[in-house]
Amino acid sequence: MSHTFTLDGKTIPFEDGQTIIQAASKAGVFIPHLCYHPEFKPHGSCKLCTVKVNGRQTASCTMRASAGMVVENNTEELNAERRALTQMLFVEGNHFCPSCETSGNCQLQATAYHLGMMSPHYDHFFPSRPVDASHPEVLLDFNRCILCSLCVRASRDVDGKNVFALSGRGIKTHLIVNARSGNLADTNFTLKDKAAQVCPVGVILVKRNGFAVPIGERRYDNVPIGDSLETATEGR
Amino acid sequence: MALSEMHAEAVAGIVDRVATRYKRDPVNMLQILREVQEACDWLPPEAIDRLQTVLGVPRTKIEGVAGFYSFLYTEPRGKYRILFSDNIIDRMAGSQPLIERLCENLWIEPGKTSEDGLVSVDVTSCTGMCDQGPALLVNNRAITRLTATRIDEIAELVRNKTPLSEWPADFFKVEDHVRMADIMLGSTMQPGDGLRAARERTPSDGYMASNMRSWREGLPSGISGPSAMLDEIKRANLRGRGGAGFATGLKWEACRNAQMKPGQQRFVVCNADEGEPGTFKDRVLLTAHADLVFEGMTVAAYTIGARRGFLYLRGEYHYLLEPLNAILERRRKENMLGNDILGIPGADFEIEIHLGAGAYVCGEESALIESLEGKRGTPRNRPPFPVTNGYLDQPTIVNNVETFAAAALIALNGGDWYAAIGTKHSAGTKILSVSGDCERPGVYEYPFGVSIRQVLEDCGAKDTQAVQVSGPSGICVGVDEFDRTIGFEDIPTAGAFMMFDQTRDMFEVARNFVHFFQHESCGFCTPCRVGTSLLKNLMDKLHNGHGSPYDFAEIEKLNQLLQAMSHCGLGHTACNPVLDTIAKFRPAYDQRMEHDEFKPAFDLDRALSEARQMTRRDDPGAHITGHNVALGEEA
Repeated sequence: MSHTFTLDGKTIPFEDGQTIIQAASKAGVFIPHLCYHPEFKPHGSCKLCTVKVNGRQTASCTMRASAGMVVENNTEELNAERRALTQMLFVEGNHFCPSCETSGNCQLQATAYHLGMMSPHYDHFFPSRPVDASHPEVLLDFNRCILCSLCVRASRDVDGKNVFALSGRGIKTHLIVNARSGNLADTNFTLKDKAAQVCPVGVILVKRNGFAVPIGERRYDNVPIGDSLETATEGR
Repeated sequence: MALSEMHAEAVAGIVDRVATRYKRDPVNMLQILREVQEACDWLPPEAIDRLQTVLGVPRTKIEGVAGFYSFLYTEPRGKYRILFSDNIIDRMAGSQPLIERLCENLWIEPGKTSEDGLVSVDVTSCTGMCDQGPALLVNNRAITRLTATRIDEIAELVRNKTPLSEWPADFFKVEDHVRMADIMLGSTMQPGDGLRAARERTPSDGYMASNMRSWREGLPSGISGPSAMLDEIKRANLRGRGGAGFATGLKWEACRNAQMKPGQQRFVVCNADEGEPGTFKDRVLLTAHADLVFEGMTVAAYTIGARRGFLYLRGEYHYLLEPLNAILERRRKENMLGNDILGIPGADFEIEIHLGAGAYVCGEESALIESLEGKRGTPRNRPPFPVTNGYLDQPTIVNNVETFAAAALIALNGGDWYAAIGTKHSAGTKILSVSGDCERPGVYEYPFGVSIRQVLEDCGAKDTQAVQVSGPSGICVGVDEFDRTIGFEDIPTAGAFMMFDQTRDMFEVARNFVHFFQHESCGFCTPCRVGTSLLKNLMDKLHNGHGSPYDFAEIEKLNQLLQAMSHCGLGHTACNPVLDTIAKFRPAYDQRMEHDEFKPAFDLDRALSEARQMTRRDDPGAHITGHNVALGEEA
């Protein structure tokens, strides 16, 4: 049975069990997000997709839609808070867009543009995060990890491999791989894995493929995130 | 055989022994890791190799769990692992000079392991000994009442490699310090009395509890005790003692009425992860009135129809494990646990104790359940709530230690008796953990509605400047608010009551709390993970004399963000101590505002301190002042 709720005044139909972000995407309304991906179980950690439901803030990727809900999304207040979260992600890791191979294809960068982020605002943490170049086909640059856990979910739920996981706690939370050596080369990871294709930023990089498409002609250079809902939500 | 192979074999033997005792079930991962570490002093890679095989889980999962808990080490941390409690109350009692003294004595740096691999000294969040601090943990065993002499003795014992079992027993003595007892701390209830009373109960007039299911499907129909017991809990108007104050009767009823799939069951969980800094009343309840707590859990099981229960005991209270297990064993013998409890056919209930491993966030009920399942203690997305989807996705109630103790008293004396104590919206009594500047720190039990002033008088507090009620996530109360009362109508509390006299710097109190939240953030959600670090940096910036009004505005903005966007209560409350102290103790902050305009936190001269340490220089040439570099000004 189909019901509706309102999103910024617009009537959105939904089916039982759908989350707010699922229903919104289907209706062509963009809600900024990073850890959400339509193909995976929602995680609810980045908090960018936070909306106001009947005046109370909640993550739209985990909150199921219910009939008659009044949801606010594209408001100055929420976008300012999302911008601050994006800035937090920028200063937490080491993100240098001009020299990053993912520039133009990066969901974090595109979201920052979408939200009108003009500076990182906060002091950079400059964490020390060595890269892992051990694998013949893939480079892991942990400097850009935003802990969205999409690779964790893809490897576990689709590839059935558990190549990735989060370890540590708090600000020391970090991505690990399934090998005693800590090197990707010593895992059963392959380029064909779903986990190789879901990183929204520039951590999982295919080797010998850099800059094949010049900056300026990349995905979000052509269509900014949110402008075309399909490209915005289906992943790279 | 090479030495490394022998080592790997020995480690594998330990892992096998521990894992077998825990049925090789990954749901017991945290308990297994904790016990393997007790045997190996840390979690060597060989242990993780073996666990992969024995438990049949990927390495990533094991390392993910091991990396989450403060008390689990994937790097060697020494034969003696010493952790000083770092709550502000321990600091006020002089913990910092004692840490320095011990480090100097042992020739080590805080946070690092000695080169011979013998010892490490570090700090940890409040260990629940504020009434007898400064305190520390050595290999998870609590040592209280530290003095310079005791520190020197500890250094000597470590240097001589004396086994912990041979250290003076007096070191490990933990006093109860019951200063004021009421119905709970003064209870003389005999084990089984509450259960027997519950068994005899029949519904009275004005029945409130719904009776959708009889207890333990399959019991003879018509048994009215459980729903009558639920009715008493509702009549008692009992509210959760963990701080949030959710109605216990509603929680139990929701769990009792939750739909179950075939093969599922209901669970009773006692939250003894007493991690809020300055709280130690559960320690005393579990020491002096453990029967009351277990009886309450059994009453709960009877009421909701549960067959298994857990007591989740914080790792800091490891020393209570043995005595608590002995009490459980006695209750089994007396037929108060096990099968057909007190002769009621089909009344089966068992309690297991699980130990935490140093993670405050596990006090949040859904994080606690994750931890019970052997996972990282990350709070779950809610709804669904534990009452329908808790432990192993089955209906579960999680209640505080004190709530269960109260339930046992209600089982014996009835709901009306209980509701008559305290105030209209806060029935019963509350145990306060009183510490800080006063003559008689300890636990005080009062009927709800007691004023702050009364507590201060009773414990012999003088010249009190402020009271932090309910710990860092609670509220800071100033002198003009001392007539306010403890209760859900005014100041709700989980029990902490920390006092600061006029000599204390309230800015440093708030800064200590901010460091606590930063250390304990689970790291799951962006606002709390990064926000608590940003907040810590801002407080340190003020501490270092670089504060400006700009920084106040930043703190306020961060607070708003943390409250609005965080995943759980930790993030929602992390700014409370700062906002409260800014509002009420502004001079403590103004004193640090040396600049009217924005000032960068970066200090070039400070940044060089590491280089100065390395080169052992401290002469003027090794410093940068405002005269020679535009960026760096006089520190």
